[in-house]
Amino acid sequence: MSTDYRQMWADMGLDLEAHDALLGVLGQGYGDIYMAQKNRPEGMAYFDFVMSEVHGLRIQELLDEKKAGRKIIGSYCVFVPEEIALAANATLVGLCSGADFAMEEVEKLLPRNTCALIKSAFGFKLGKVCPYLESADMIVGENTCDGKKKAYESLGSLIENLYVMDLPQVKSAQGRELLKAEYIRFKEAVENLTGVTITAESLSAAIETVNAKRKAMHRLALLRKADPAPISGLDALLANQVFFYDNPARFTASVNKICDEVEQRIAAQEGVFAGKTPRILISGCPQAVPNWKLPMIVEGSGAVIVGEESCVGERGTRNLTDNSGKTIDEMIEALVDRYFQVDCAIFTPNKERIDHIKEMAKLYKADGVIHYGLQFCQPYLMEAIPVEKALEDIGLPCLRIETDYSMEDMGQLKTRVEAFIEQIS
Amino acid sequence: MLFGGIDIGSRSIELVVIDENGEQVQSLKADTGFDPMSEADKMIESTRFDQIMATGYGRNLFEVSFDAPTVTEIKAHATAAFHLHNDSYTILDIGGQDSKAIALYETGKIKKFEMNDRCAAGTGKFLEIMAKNLGFSIEDFGDQALLAEKEINISSMCTVFAESEVTSLIGRGESPREIAKGLHDSVVRRAAGMINRVSSGGKIVFTGGVAKNSCMVKMLEKRLEREIVIPENPQFMGALGAALLCRAANTEKS
Repeated sequence: MSTDYRQMWADMGLDLEAHDALLGVLGQGYGDIYMAQKNRPEGMAYFDFVMSEVHGLRIQELLDEKKAGRKIIGSYCVFVPEEIALAANATLVGLCSGADFAMEEVEKLLPRNTCALIKSAFGFKLGKVCPYLESADMIVGENTCDGKKKAYESLGSLIENLYVMDLPQVKSAQGRELLKAEYIRFKEAVENLTGVTITAESLSAAIETVNAKRKAMHRLALLRKADPAPISGLDALLANQVFFYDNPARFTASVNKICDEVEQRIAAQEGVFAGKTPRILISGCPQAVPNWKLPMIVEGSGAVIVGEESCVGERGTRNLTDNSGKTIDEMIEALVDRYFQVDCAIFTPNKERIDHIKEMAKLYKADGVIHYGLQFCQPYLMEAIPVEKALEDIGLPCLRIETDYSMEDMGQLKTRVEAFIEQIS
Repeated sequence: MLFGGIDIGSRSIELVVIDENGEQVQSLKADTGFDPMSEADKMIESTRFDQIMATGYGRNLFEVSFDAPTVTEIKAHATAAFHLHNDSYTILDIGGQDSKAIALYETGKIKKFEMNDRCAAGTGKFLEIMAKNLGFSIEDFGDQALLAEKEINISSMCTVFAESEVTSLIGRGESPREIAKGLHDSVVRRAAGMINRVSSGGKIVFTGGVAKNSCMVKMLEKRLEREIVIPENPQFMGALGAALLCRAANTEKS
């Protein structure tokens, strides 16, 4: 990192020693996994910079925003609408949950057989190593899976400003009503926090900002149809991960710049890997920073990832919000319409997800699908079986894997992934 | 030209050399030990071949040390099994460290596979540890289990938990043969589960060291009600597959 942020971290109450260790591992991992890649688009330099300053400059920016009177809201889920935060002059950031930390402390509060993502969220709090969490004025939890739902009850004892959003589990009229009621309740909570009343103008502008961000991701996603693949799955995943942290307007501009470059690459038939490299779609649980384990194995074994059917991926960014409404009510309806389509595995039934996987596999010309399941994540592990069946029915090979954030199963995973690549080549 | 295939497993290393017609001209086996690359080096020194391909969990180490191409155990076993038995489209391989079930298309191409989880449950290592606990040699373990007169159910699949379950069965006065059979049954149940997830009928080629265990074969046949074929040298199938793929890669080139 270019500047010394130690005082800033100390002032936020971070455990400097533990935080140094975390940044050491993160820097090393990023170097080994990301910087070692060949033929990356030059525009990725922006993301390299963002990652090198992920706990530095970006936090400094957030603290500056706070000084200027803006509020910071932290979230763990794509159901928390960024539009509402922005409209009330608040900034929404995704919180750290992609690495194991302070596991002994975590297991005092959570059973061992809790998924790595939930444990990680606790680990970052208990280990005092997440500056996003510490800078947030409000933390939003949400009733998605049973694991998260119950974990927030315990997290509430560690975090004073935890707000829990309820979510429907069925895509019914009643379910939609619940989501709408919760978004209205959230709007009021955010307005209370910021002291800013959301207006039709501010909400419309926020919808525009977030739509632009999603549109840039849609553009990048579609460019990945090309063969040879113009951008690696690792780099595209990184863009999807930074989506949750960065200043929205700057992020949008940076992604669009990469897209311009990627378009030129496609025109020149240039790629990060040779043409006809086996193409894989990843589907399943979210891969939060710095969880790059699976794409690292896949792309290190001679295949390329062409899409992520994931919350950190297309499930999270799919669909724009209709911004033609004139009143706040109309815009809230439009937001509910947009978010209610997210096909998270907590919904039952959830057939849309299978349709989307098939659609994405076809669109991005995937030769096979790897279903990524986090150990103990019941909703996705359960859906993995019908997903595999549905894909086999259309003759598309599927590999189901179940793993966590540890590195102890790397050898086994590598063998499975390599054999799958041999199978689809 | 001669083509080598080396399978560096967790327990043993096998090396097979074939000629241009796919006929085996040499085969070697050694314990993996603590330094698999020096073991591999010794084996290579004592054989003659023009090209070699590596498989097994040590394949990447071999790739770096000897600059040789690699293939996964899954494809290697499937290739060798289909080469010897081209009317069988299901393969079960139980090795020292892992077990896998593979289904093939009629062309021999891999259709689907399943592999055990990260632990030793249901593998050769599990049987080896249990044989030792019960005072049997691994070669004799299956034959002794077949002599059992009654059924004992061992519920633990985990090597560590099964060990304590075995200790308590010994304490209860159960005979080692019966406990042995119960242990075999637990491995069979797991293997059958994997097979059923990839294929529902037809002959099964059983490869890997555990295929030499008579009790495993009999119990699997009974449970699955399917014919099981054991190649002459089940432990060498990974190495043979690598050698065959090495031959294919070099024939394509020329």
